[in-house]
Formats: sequence, structure tokens, C-alpha cells
Amino acid sequence: MAAAPFKSVIARATTPLIYVLLLILWEACVRFFKIPGWMLPAPSAIIAAAQDWAPELLHHSLVTLSETVFGFLVALALSLPLAILIAFTVTLRRLLYPILLGLQSVPKVALAPLVILWFGIGVLPKIVIVILVCFFPILVNVVAGLEAVPRAMLDLMHSLKASEPAIFRRLRIPIALPHLFTGCKIAITFAVIGAVISEFVAAQDGLGYLIMISTAQSQTPLAFAAIILLTLISIVLFYAVELVEKRFVTWTP
Amino acid sequence: MNSEPLAARSSAAEQQARRGASIIELAGVGKTFGSGEQTVHALGPLDLAIEAGSFVSIIGPSGCGKSTLLRLIAGLETPTQGQLRRNGATLDGPSREVGVVFQDHVLFPWATILDNVMLPADVMGLPRQRALERAHWLLELTGLKDFARHRSDMLSGGMKQRAAFCRALLADPAMLLLDEPFAALDALTREELSLELSRLWQELRRTALLITHSIDEAVLLGDRLIVMSRRPGRISLDIPIDLPRPRDVNTENHPRFLEIKHAARDLLFAGERG
Repeated sequence: MAAAPFKSVIARATTPLIYVLLLILWEACVRFFKIPGWMLPAPSAIIAAAQDWAPELLHHSLVTLSETVFGFLVALALSLPLAILIAFTVTLRRLLYPILLGLQSVPKVALAPLVILWFGIGVLPKIVIVILVCFFPILVNVVAGLEAVPRAMLDLMHSLKASEPAIFRRLRIPIALPHLFTGCKIAITFAVIGAVISEFVAAQDGLGYLIMISTAQSQTPLAFAAIILLTLISIVLFYAVELVEKRFVTWTP
Repeated sequence: MNSEPLAARSSAAEQQARRGASIIELAGVGKTFGSGEQTVHALGPLDLAIEAGSFVSIIGPSGCGKSTLLRLIAGLETPTQGQLRRNGATLDGPSREVGVVFQDHVLFPWATILDNVMLPADVMGLPRQRALERAHWLLELTGLKDFARHRSDMLSGGMKQRAAFCRALLADPAMLLLDEPFAALDALTREELSLELSRLWQELRRTALLITHSIDEAVLLGDRLIVMSRRPGRISLDIPIDLPRPRDVNTENHPRFLEIKHAARDLLFAGERG
């Protein structure tokens, strides 16, 4: 019986322990096989580089973070009204939905050079690319959500002679919300990728830009530090969306 | 227990005055779905008049169009032939004077039980305070008082269906349409709930139309039993259920109960054989 709490501690510590072991293994391999730092830096070297370049890393992180969040929010603001129009207007649905679904299949990353061509170099093209990658997952999921209303619930509302706006407010929005958040979680992950791609193609700042120039200059530890920061941004943003979701969707769909 | 707070338009006196007159009249009403080769003749043509204040039970084999009949009377479907009147006027859609209880409870999982019960008041814009009083009264009447602030997923199937009854009764409708309301429940809960409905009806005395495929339920609850034939559904038996009220578990041993039950069963099984 006394073994039970001990077991649960072990169970909870397993995952972090594995990470620590992997890091030690990584460090040991690099040292033992004398792998050059420009090829694969040891964890200690990455930490050292991160400390040396802390102000730059912070600056570029903030640039990427703000592009990502801003682009995501603009995409959200654009796709919501459009999703409502598509879900409720037969003509618009026939006209726009096939086009949008077709556009969704275009790998947005392939458009990055064109966007740079049209919008020049700077913040604007980066945000445009983030919007492009965020827009479709949100739109498609919200349209699906608005149409996911069970027939029995519609019958109930109709039996009460509920008006369309009342049905929209009391039934369609609550049903669509979980779908909206599914779309947002996909979109926020895409948004980070979009921001980095745009910084690869043409930019003067951002973590993508930092990765490009540091690898070009064989400053591999710095590139690794930037990649780790990108990963952290991605994780934090995902959980931020999930946190908002937990506030608004308190029931299990 | 407090007396019934009246939230809506039709007062008890009005109800009383209307009792005896036909609230629903069907003349040659039929319904087909689809067209051409795909046409399904679901119902009728049939004639039927439902008296205000009465409890009518409709029973029939599955697929006989009894749910279609209820949806027509609810105004959720339009007949493809015949005349359908409510209070003397051609029925042209749902009415707020009619409360519907569906097969599935159809509670909104994101709202509390109280908010679910209050839905008709919110949609119809009824005075909130009076509607709240009535909601609490109904929840107490159905034993759900302590669950007002719970979400529906915390409740058992029987409790969910009780909440659905409360919702249907909130706006004090003149008529209740019950579309196999106990179909999704287990046998014990079914029996418990149908006895409870009998008690509830005794108290409220609204016109009620019950669609069911349980003979016991139909006879236990109704003043009048209508048996429908196979598709396209027509009325094959229409008899009064002259059993004393209030009814309880013992009613099921009443000789008349068994007589009516066997008459209905014979007809249903005759239909079975072709």
C-alpha cells in the first residue's frame, strides 16, 4: 500500500527524466565523438549562445510573436463574417465556397515569394502570409460548425417559433464554438510556420531571419536557440487558444 | 405544493371554456415524401378531431406515420393533401400555444437545466420574473428542484426527459404534443415517468396528444385510444378509454384496461399478419 504514492511520483517524473537523459546523452555524444559545433552543437553550447545573444533573441522573438498573433487575429476577423455569409446565403455559398476550398488546397508557403513581390519587404508581407495560412482552417471549421446543428434542436426552436436571429444566437453559435476553436488551434500552429517561412524568404528581422543568417555564418548554436524559442512560442500560443476555449466551451460537445 | 403560476396567455378559465370544442381538426389529411419513383406515402388520408382538454393516445406499428401526424399537428411539416385546422383556422406553422416533447430530450448541453427550461420564455420574450417562478414550480413538481443549476450531462435519462417536459410546459401551452417521449428510456424509468406524466396531467389538464408504440402507456395515460394501421397510416380503431382517474399502477389491473389493451393488441397483430 505504501508503494502507491511512490509509484505515482515515478509515473509523473518519467517524462521529464527521459528529456534530461536525452539531453545528457546528446551532450555526451557530441563530446565523445568530437562533433564540430557548426554541425551539431552540444546543449551547453546552445545555452551559452542563448546567453550571449539574449537581447537579439528577445527582439527577434517579439517580432515573430507579434506578426503571428496579429496575422492570426486579422484572419479570425476576416473569416468569421465570411463563414456566416457562406453558411446562410445559398448564392454566396455556391459562388465562394468552391473557390475558397480550391484556394485552401494551394500550399500557401509556395505563395510566399509572390507575396513578397506584391507587398515588398517588411512587416506587411509577413502578416499577409500569416493571414493566408490562418484564414482557411478557421473559415472551413466555422462553416462546418454553423451547419452542425442537430435537426432535433432545430425542430425544437421551430416549434417555439424562434426567429432566425434567435436560432443563430441561442443554437448555432454555441454549436459552432467548439468547431471555431478547432480551427483556431490548427490556425495558430500554421501561423508560426507562416511567419517563419516569410522571414526565410525576405525579411530583416524575426526568428526565421535569425535562423537563416546564423546558419549562413555557421553560428549553429544560435540557430538552435532560435529554433527552441520558436517551438516555445508555438506551444505557448497553442495553449493560450486552448485556455480561451476552456473559458468559452465548458461543456463536452 | 403551491398552485400553478400562470406565465402565459391562456388562463385556466379560458381553458375550461374551450374544453369540449375541437382544438385540432384534420379533414382528409395526407402526407407524401419525395416525388416520382421515390414517393413515399407516409400518412392518410385521415380525418381526426381532437377535443380541447382531452388526452389522446395514438399507437401504431413503427413506420405507420404516427410521428409524421404529430409533426403535421405541430406545424413542423405541411400536409400534401387535405385540411388541417387549429382552433378553427388553417394551421400554417408552429404555434406558441403548442408545447412539443420530442423523442430525445433535446436539452442544450451548454446550458443549465434551469436555462433549458427557460428557453421558451427567452425565445418568446415572456416576462422573466413570472417565467422564472413557473420554471421553479415545474422543476419542483417534477423533482428536479435540486438540479436547476446542473448541466444536462449530470442527469439520468429520466431526469433529462422530465426537464424536457418542464420546458414544454413553461409557456403554459394550451396543447402538449408528445412524440414517443419515453422511447429512449429503460423499461423501469418508462413506467415511472408515464405514471408521473399521468399525475402531472391530472394537475394541469392540458389537451395532450401522445404518440407511442407502447400499448400500456397509451391506455394508461389517454382518454381516447387511436390505433393506426401500417403505412400509409390510417385510423383503424378510435375508442374512448373510460377508466377512472386519477390513474396509478393498479389501473393496469383494471378489467377494462385489459379489455382495451387486448383490443388494441389484436388490431396491431392483425396488421402484422397482413
